[in-house]
Amino acid sequence: MSIRARIALTRGDFSLDVDLAFPASDVTAVIGPSGSGKTTLLRCIAGLERAARGEIHFQSQLWQDSQLFVPTYKRPVGYVFQEARLFPHLSVRKNLEFGHKRLDSHERKVPFDQAVSLLGLASLLERDPRKLSGGERQRVAIARALLCSPLLLLMDEPLASLDLESRAQIMPYFEALQRELQLPIVYVTHAPVEVVRLAARIILLERGKVRAHGPIHEVLTRPDLPLSHFEDAGAVLFARVVAHAPDYHLTYVSVEGGQLAISARSLAIGATTRVFIRARDVSISLVRPARSSISNVLEVKVLDVNADRDPAHRLVRLVAGGSVLLARVTQRSVVELGLAPEFPVFAQVKSVALIE
Amino acid sequence: MFWYSPEDLTALLLSLRLASLTSVILLVLATPLAYWLARTRSRVGPVVEAIVAMPLVLPPSVLGFYMLCLLSPDGPVGRFAGGLSFSFAGILLGSIVYSLPFVVQALQNAFMSTSTLLLEAAATLRATPLSTFFSVVVPLSARGFLSGALLAFAHTLGEFGVVLMIGGSIPGRTQTASIAIFSHVETLDYRSAHVLSATLVVFSFGLLAPIYLINRRARVESER
Repeated sequence: MSIRARIALTRGDFSLDVDLAFPASDVTAVIGPSGSGKTTLLRCIAGLERAARGEIHFQSQLWQDSQLFVPTYKRPVGYVFQEARLFPHLSVRKNLEFGHKRLDSHERKVPFDQAVSLLGLASLLERDPRKLSGGERQRVAIARALLCSPLLLLMDEPLASLDLESRAQIMPYFEALQRELQLPIVYVTHAPVEVVRLAARIILLERGKVRAHGPIHEVLTRPDLPLSHFEDAGAVLFARVVAHAPDYHLTYVSVEGGQLAISARSLAIGATTRVFIRARDVSISLVRPARSSISNVLEVKVLDVNADRDPAHRLVRLVAGGSVLLARVTQRSVVELGLAPEFPVFAQVKSVALIE
Repeated sequence: MFWYSPEDLTALLLSLRLASLTSVILLVLATPLAYWLARTRSRVGPVVEAIVAMPLVLPPSVLGFYMLCLLSPDGPVGRFAGGLSFSFAGILLGSIVYSLPFVVQALQNAFMSTSTLLLEAAATLRATPLSTFFSVVVPLSARGFLSGALLAFAHTLGEFGVVLMIGGSIPGRTQTASIAIFSHVETLDYRSAHVLSATLVVFSFGLLAPIYLINRRARVESER
């Protein structure tokens, strides 16, 4: 069950040249600087780029090779464009029905009412799409794509044209989407927050080529990639809920290397979740810190010490069991603590973000 | 209708029949042509556009002359139909060619302003190109269809030279209102010429005013 895309496309002085295979499950984030070919890759998968050459397989279906080109309308994809692209001559309801009514009844896996309630559109159905806010429009576009029961959902920076508030409003819908429909999503973005919250794996494109491709916790922490050097760089850890402390409004989760306390969440004991720990929120101590306001401490080992963007800083990779944590510390601290690979240390984590 | 003679009434009705048939047939013929012109990147496109636009600049007598040659009983087209010159079918063919550029251009403009972004969106929603055309392109081009049809109608009413060359002036068959006016003037019947002329002035205004109103509305909406 996978997606395989070997695509070559040249247009003017831009060229896309990728050879990718990844599972058709969860969210795959395609990231990279503008002009790196993210949107073009997505359009090729959807069959919107007639000039693309190569091969595209989706699960057992062949969508394209040197002889065959399955046109977009025959590919079981849903596409959410950067701009909502709603049909201005149709009401919201008619927009939603546009793809839905073209399916045979046995193909309709997403009932109309489920899509409407999933994206909170019940009160908008009879409205003129030109009179909706940006966030509402994008929610309609997502529901419209879902209603053609795609086997693969392609999303091209669906939040890019929205203000921060609308983005925050839509994110929970995406998570619900993932949870309720288990639909594989390929998601183009350049906002790290969206990647961290949604993605299981990352494809990093640069100038039309694949620079890196792998599970999110690996790609985010690779010091040779720009992602680990962003201001908000950090690591994703998989965690299990172990206890709740209602008096302190805390929930305890265990990760490899120790336990973390996070703001209380209504998660069942034993549930798995993931947490995001920013490199700048991690400090390193040689002894187990006591009498400190920071109570989240993990027992880890230094993996390596890397240069960072700011010459005063070092990016230290720490390992706890199989997971990698990033710590951004000053070069002076590295020298004074004598940090070197294999060194056992304690990572003090100032703040933990729970993602799911 | 006391101020129209029976012959003038016949001529007016013939004009209206010619104009309506021309508009309807042109909407069918021009739609695929205009859609192709609006979307094609082929180098043949501009050549076809120039050919379609020729009736705008050619003298009606030139157009009429060649049509007459084509349609006459031994002409390349006329020979299969036993001659189409001096018949209603003949002037209908002439009118279609003569008004083609008006409809094609109105439709082509409308089709070009339908964004390819929406066509792509329709394709991702399982719509075949044909289904996209009828469910997205046509409704969004409704103004183009209306103004193309009205222009063809008005232009056919005002046609003179082509009809005269192909059809002559046979009352009840090829004598349209504009040709009837010409023969009234030739026989110095100015009163009848006045009545028919005034009628055509009113008709033309009644057709052109809505076209410009539609275009104005489209402009105002696109500025919003």
